Amino acid sequence: MKSLAELAKLREEALKKVNIRTDRKGTRIVVGMATCGISAGARPVMAALLDESSKRKLQDVEVTQTGCIGVCRLEPIIEVYKEGQEKVTYVEMTEEKARRVIAEHIVNGKVVSELTIGASEK
Amino acid sequence: MELVRSHVLVCGGTGCTSSGALDIEAKFAEELSKHSIDNEVQVVRTGCFGLCEAGPIVIVYPEGAFYSRVDANDIARITEEHLLKGRIVTDLLYAESVEEDQIKSIDEVGFYQKQQRIALRNCGVINPEIIDEYIAMDGYRALGKVLTEMSQEEVIEEMKKSGLRGRGGGGFPSGLKWQFTYQAEGDQKYVACNADEGDPGAFMDRSVLEGDPHVIIEAMAIAAYAVGADRGYVYIRAEYPIAVNRLEIAIEQAREYGLLGQGIFGTDFNFDMEIKLGAGAFVCGEETALIASIEGERGMPRPRPPFPAQKGIFGQPTLLNNVETYANVPQIILNGSEWYAGIGTERSKGTKVFALGGKIMNTGLLEVPMGTTLREVIFEVGGGIPNGKAFKAVQTGGPSGGCLTEEFLDTPIDFDNLVELGSMMGSGGMIVMDEDNCMVDVARFFLDFTVDESCGKCTPCREGTKRMLEILDRICEGKGTLADLDKLETLSHSIKDAALCGLGQTAPNPVLSTLEHFRAEYEAHVVDKRCPAGECSDLLQIVVADGCIGCTACTRVCPVDAIEGERKQPHVILQDKCIKCGACIDKCPVKVIVKQ
Repeated sequence: MKSLAELAKLREEALKKVNIRTDRKGTRIVVGMATCGISAGARPVMAALLDESSKRKLQDVEVTQTGCIGVCRLEPIIEVYKEGQEKVTYVEMTEEKARRVIAEHIVNGKVVSELTIGASEK
Repeated sequence: MELVRSHVLVCGGTGCTSSGALDIEAKFAEELSKHSIDNEVQVVRTGCFGLCEAGPIVIVYPEGAFYSRVDANDIARITEEHLLKGRIVTDLLYAESVEEDQIKSIDEVGFYQKQQRIALRNCGVINPEIIDEYIAMDGYRALGKVLTEMSQEEVIEEMKKSGLRGRGGGGFPSGLKWQFTYQAEGDQKYVACNADEGDPGAFMDRSVLEGDPHVIIEAMAIAAYAVGADRGYVYIRAEYPIAVNRLEIAIEQAREYGLLGQGIFGTDFNFDMEIKLGAGAFVCGEETALIASIEGERGMPRPRPPFPAQKGIFGQPTLLNNVETYANVPQIILNGSEWYAGIGTERSKGTKVFALGGKIMNTGLLEVPMGTTLREVIFEVGGGIPNGKAFKAVQTGGPSGGCLTEEFLDTPIDFDNLVELGSMMGSGGMIVMDEDNCMVDVARFFLDFTVDESCGKCTPCREGTKRMLEILDRICEGKGTLADLDKLETLSHSIKDAALCGLGQTAPNPVLSTLEHFRAEYEAHVVDKRCPAGECSDLLQIVVADGCIGCTACTRVCPVDAIEGERKQPHVILQDKCIKCGACIDKCPVKVIVKQ
């Protein structure tokens, strides 16, 4: 290592791999992964969320699983918790829709209303 | 593409390793692969989390779920329920973190709540065998700052202002030691690390080396720059194979990255280091004996002055600091001396790592700010005494320290307060005793250790401690007299005054402090020939109490045929034959055989 700049760059790269272990603020996306979720196809949705976040090099985005959210007929369901905002529940997710949520809601801050649970009731 | 969404941290400290952590790691790999999520979940082997009582420990992020007492058989369930389906397995979590179905953060449980982990900041968080993880946590940034922005004098000034004092037990102001070494004249200077950690029951330094070896490398490089050295030695006891191995890996990785060697960070600072293994002598933790050992001589102390800062390894100026002292250095450089001086008490700054053991719920490693009271450490962080027993005393400072009783529990822990009470903080060993511990036996245990470890060079220690041990042995066998107690005291003071090094000078401390606080127990041993705590077996009688059903089970198990009794008749133990092995106590089906 010949310079501090080199060290700083290495630190940045390395931090991305371990910061999952420290307290992070920011956005949390919870994917329903109970039997209903899994059988409806939540795993590919989860993979798509992770892949899209990774492609866009998003920091402070945590993707976790949870059990049955309740409205099983609408699975796969994901819930987005953004710091300081109300929870948004997206239903009947697919890999495509998941990537849209990342692009429009997470990155650009606009809730994709037609994919939310509110819209599905109409 | 990195799809990792979860990290599973498995504690790989010596304690958890000997309880099966490696099997757990292997089982995780197997289960994750079985469910095809092995590219989503990363298993990381870390250093010691500190809560050794509850090991083996596994923490799953990002939830921070703290699984304790994990068995290899639990892994299938944890993988299926938590990692695959996202349902935390609450019955495997550390009990205190689950309250009425709500999972608390591990930082809020009694053990961790009062802790402030500075020296241990990376232990249990990073994989110590991957240098990148150390760098992610700000590793080597302090070294970079020192080499490019600070002069040697500025570094030393920061160390002085921080108030850091040696953590190996002596408590000498580290900044001052660095200054003396800097000012000393010599064409070759050395920095050295004392990783001998000889106190029985102490494992603070071991945990730092196993969990965060790079912090020592970085700190020694900073110290070398400050004092003008270009070579370092880490003297580490051979009984720490995991620590040695991890340090070797760390040194190799640091060399690969150019953080050790010539021209570090593009400056003209050169520094490299090597490991010297200790061969198991407690006395080699003493600085001059350690230096002799590094030189290839027999580990025996020599008089000081001259101090190692003037004449150390091979007669050259040497800075010798303890592992924990070094572990604080990078943080002091990064956060500033004022930050560090803001923690702790007036004369003892910063935090201290303690190895808590004995009769305590939460056996393990903890780090608290100086000034935390003994009561807080024992009853809040430590969780109190198990089995509802009463607290009797706490032994601090290992074989060099003394015992403190209940009335002193509200003493804020720091270097000076404990010394004033006849004990010392030492390197951080803290052993808790309850009503079933015999204090005379405690003194004898420590003295037995120091007699064994005495190097033999000076008469007061070589002869004196041995005579003291003989007296204590006699007392515990029921052959002591009151005059023996006076003799113990006189001997203790003479040895303290005349011994050549710290081993001899502090060996009488456990005896003196137990004599002071528990004189009645000693008197019971010599006058009544009785051990009140029921521990000294030669003073105990094993008798058959009322309720014997005459089953003859005990007569058959007794190895010396010391029990007489016919079937259906009450049995009797012949005291002059009894060797007090206790086999009859275990065998009695109605539990009427007792020690008294």
